[in-house]
Amino acid sequence: MSITLEHINYTYSEGTAYEKKALKDINLEIPHGQFVGIIGHTGSGKSTLIQHFNGLIKATSGVLKYNGENIYGEQYDLRKLRSQVGLVFQYPEHQLFETDVITDVCFGPKNQGLSPEECKERAREALKLVGFPEELYEVSPFDLSGGQKRRVAIAGVLAMHPQVLVLDEPTAGLDPKGRDEILDQIALLHEKKDMTVILVSHSMEDIAKYVERIIVMNRGEKMYDGTPREVFAHYKELEAVGLAAPQVTYIMNALRENGILVSSEATTVEEAADEILRVVSGEKKEAGSRDGQVRR
Amino acid sequence: MRMIQTEKLVYEYEKRDEEGNIIGSHRAINAVDVHVEPGEFVAILGHNGSGKSTLAKHMNAILTPTEGTMWVNGRDTKEPDNLWEVRQSAGMVFQNPDNQIIGTVVEEDVGFGPENLGVPTEEIWKRVEKSLEAVGMIEYRHHSPNKLSGGQKQRVAIAGVVAMEPKCIVLDEPTAMLDPNGRKEVLRAVEELRRREKVTVILITHYMEEVVDADRVIVMDQGNVVMEGTPREIFSRVEELKKYRLDVPQVTLLAYELQQRGLPLSNGILKTEELVKELCQLH
Repeated sequence: MSITLEHINYTYSEGTAYEKKALKDINLEIPHGQFVGIIGHTGSGKSTLIQHFNGLIKATSGVLKYNGENIYGEQYDLRKLRSQVGLVFQYPEHQLFETDVITDVCFGPKNQGLSPEECKERAREALKLVGFPEELYEVSPFDLSGGQKRRVAIAGVLAMHPQVLVLDEPTAGLDPKGRDEILDQIALLHEKKDMTVILVSHSMEDIAKYVERIIVMNRGEKMYDGTPREVFAHYKELEAVGLAAPQVTYIMNALRENGILVSSEATTVEEAADEILRVVSGEKKEAGSRDGQVRR
Repeated sequence: MRMIQTEKLVYEYEKRDEEGNIIGSHRAINAVDVHVEPGEFVAILGHNGSGKSTLAKHMNAILTPTEGTMWVNGRDTKEPDNLWEVRQSAGMVFQNPDNQIIGTVVEEDVGFGPENLGVPTEEIWKRVEKSLEAVGMIEYRHHSPNKLSGGQKQRVAIAGVVAMEPKCIVLDEPTAMLDPNGRKEVLRAVEELRRREKVTVILITHYMEEVVDADRVIVMDQGNVVMEGTPREIFSRVEELKKYRLDVPQVTLLAYELQQRGLPLSNGILKTEELVKELCQLH
């Protein structure tokens, strides 16, 4: 269930005065089951990139393969691809439109040609997955809080049983708890359902906490591609392109500059606490508190 | 005179059915008393639906109280005759810069507000220049707003408010849609305005790191003010904040974690420098 991009280029309004290269020679492979974060400043090409993943945007040149099959091939079933690669846009709650929650979530599976019973079942399952309370299934989506609406919107995509879930800033505008709840839920889906998750976010702290691999986009090009530690080690270069590292990265580097020789690799609060204790009071690292599971 | 003052402010949203009949009400603000002094920088925190935006909308009379009173610069916002003055005293900046920009050229957009106030042309241009300088956007004055980044657009929106010379600026999640750099730019612009224009700032945000420089933090929950104090006082109460669905800055959380695990650190550490200093003393 891998996604492979080979020399993908995309140019907006090609051949006009407004021509703009949004993606330049992107090569990458996302294997099945990975939890990937994409970061980049506004206009860096990240949203354009993710819209290639399910064929919403067709590359100007290059090849995109899903499970080894070229999606630009003449015989390729794009409709099927779109139900396998689910895309959750920014502020997805703006796309809710049905009269009650459950009907809204049924919309996707209904379009896939499932029977009304199957749709309902899919919808219930998806709503459960995002932790949406059952007593609100019949409520109008417009009467829900921001966090709840967003869950419904994500459930709408999950109900189509995608193998890959792509989320464009799923936590923008949510309070800290709502942010953690949604991301924890997504991490759980990734783990339990063995789903590939691709997360676009402006929050370096969230990215560091959840993903195993970060792709950094800058001016339409792939700038870095590696583990959070590898990528955030370049925090000075990231700042130069309008990004940043999580606050703990700065703390660890400041400590080093002041003679406390901690490793500057930590990208989460947990890792930083372990490392500081190790150096300051000689405490041994707690086994298993690094990596693995959901951190913090 | 206080910049903002409320007395037992209540706001209820009416719930209506499909025919438009009132079927109930929801109390978004529950008898709240808050005040903001001239020149103060006050941050309001609270989870989605806690009532903070509803409160902010009272500050320039987009909403008026169901019960109780809101005074802005001494004017009761419920009096229709005061509307003009209230809106001139308190300017608002919202989350999405794209919804706030109307001009086709940056300087025209910024001049729109003062023009509406009937400011003479010459004075408008002076104000446009001054406001764009304050937010660091003067070199973009002849650009089209469409081509700007999120942070730049938001700074133009702020300049547009500043050009009306309000005594107070209310920013409702101005950085929610921005990338890290955009966020930094907007906060720097707000800081600069406080320094240059001594303007009162009320900042609503979900980013805890953005409020560490505030004079005072107000925490709202279910329409009530549940915590109030300096950032240090507020962020020392980690567990309580979590109960209100909030958080603390990462450096504060790290210090708290280290404290829990036995390091003798102060409560409510807010900045990297503070933590580094204390750890150096321990080392």
